[in-house]
Amino acid sequence: MKSPPFEYHRAGSAAEAAALLGELGFDARILAGGQSLIPLMNLRLAAPAYLVDITRAPDLAGIGADGGGLHIGAAARQRTVELHTDTLATAPVLSDAISNAGQVPVRHQGTVVGSIAHADPSAEVPAAFKAQGGTVTAQGSGGTREIPSEDFFEGYFTTALAEGELVTAVTVDAWPAGTGHGFLEFSVTAESWPIALAAVLIHTSGGKIDRASVVLGGVAEVPLRRPEAEAILVGSTPSAEAFEAAAEAAAAGIEPLSDSFGSGAYRKKLARVLTRRALTTAAERAGGKA
Amino acid sequence: MSTHDITVTVNGTATSASVEARRSLADFLRHDLGLVGTHIGCEQGACGACTVLIGGRSVRSCIMFAVQADGAEIQTIESLAPGADLHPLQEAFRRHQGLQCGFCTPGMLLRGLELISDNPDLTAEEAREGISSNMCRCTGYQYIVDAVLDAAAEMRAEED
Repeated sequence: MKSPPFEYHRAGSAAEAAALLGELGFDARILAGGQSLIPLMNLRLAAPAYLVDITRAPDLAGIGADGGGLHIGAAARQRTVELHTDTLATAPVLSDAISNAGQVPVRHQGTVVGSIAHADPSAEVPAAFKAQGGTVTAQGSGGTREIPSEDFFEGYFTTALAEGELVTAVTVDAWPAGTGHGFLEFSVTAESWPIALAAVLIHTSGGKIDRASVVLGGVAEVPLRRPEAEAILVGSTPSAEAFEAAAEAAAAGIEPLSDSFGSGAYRKKLARVLTRRALTTAAERAGGKA
Repeated sequence: MSTHDITVTVNGTATSASVEARRSLADFLRHDLGLVGTHIGCEQGACGACTVLIGGRSVRSCIMFAVQADGAEIQTIESLAPGADLHPLQEAFRRHQGLQCGFCTPGMLLRGLELISDNPDLTAEEAREGISSNMCRCTGYQYIVDAVLDAAAEMRAEED
């Protein structure tokens, strides 16, 4: 099908986009790459009256790392971020996540920030962002504010953004040397959505894990942090036993929904297996033993 | 609803037009420019039949509005063999029977061209992974992979 009619606006800067959102009201949406929004419009599941295109705003285009982390502007394309040397050095879990998201032609057009703002609980990019941690920069007519990644995702396609705000950038926090990551998902074909996914990071020091992050996707209404699993990992020596115990804890207590791709019980099993395997990979990368 | 004046370069020719905001790039190419080689399959970005190259990079023209392409350099399937002679990639598809019904072929050819230009020495595995962005319901993909590899070899030889 074709998209319903709408009015198109092009913002030349973040401030102009925020002003347009304020002026146009609740029925305005940000258009970045459009790789989630336009399919929804073509399917007539979304029909915003106004779109504000932010991809031409020079102040939203950037990507780069400094000591604090990786900064990604709202107009930066997924494929650019995926292959960027700063991403590979600072946030390789994000690069792995992007490489699993959609297809290369979709990633040429889609944006990292757009995927985070879209907040699909099954999607790769939000899970990896939450796993590594960072901040979302939101701008509205009243100014800008920083939202921790931990507080950004509130429910299915629902975020902490207020009406009239857009995400202008995200910053992914840097982890110290000695960090390893693992990202794994299971999907039926290369084209299909992940049924479940796991994004993990561990940091080892003196042969022990002193910091861990475990986030699951596709099993709840948000990318889901698993604190019980993290508590088991911290203080442990990297080992198959520790990873099995942490994976058990990650899958315990979740109640995924069933759909045509898999039952809730199947997702729960996937959550355990994917977490264990992702941790094993992360330990190898961190330089510990698995 | 709004309409917008855009200028795009399609297959080397600059074109200006007035488009409705909701006009997809695919519909713009087909209906406004008459370039019906770009096929429309799913209209939700899944199948890849509508693939075109923008600045040499593959995109789905069904989930991009024409107004977003303002100022872009677009390459469609019509550019591959402007004369009577097929492009080496098209010739390889013919030789290997890399198509049956032909619906996915324009998208497959442009994606194949991008893969070869990114990596002239691509392996069968890389070709298979690369074309996983595009659906074909006839061939089972094997003959398409064969054609892409054969064309890559031929294009490498032409370079030498």
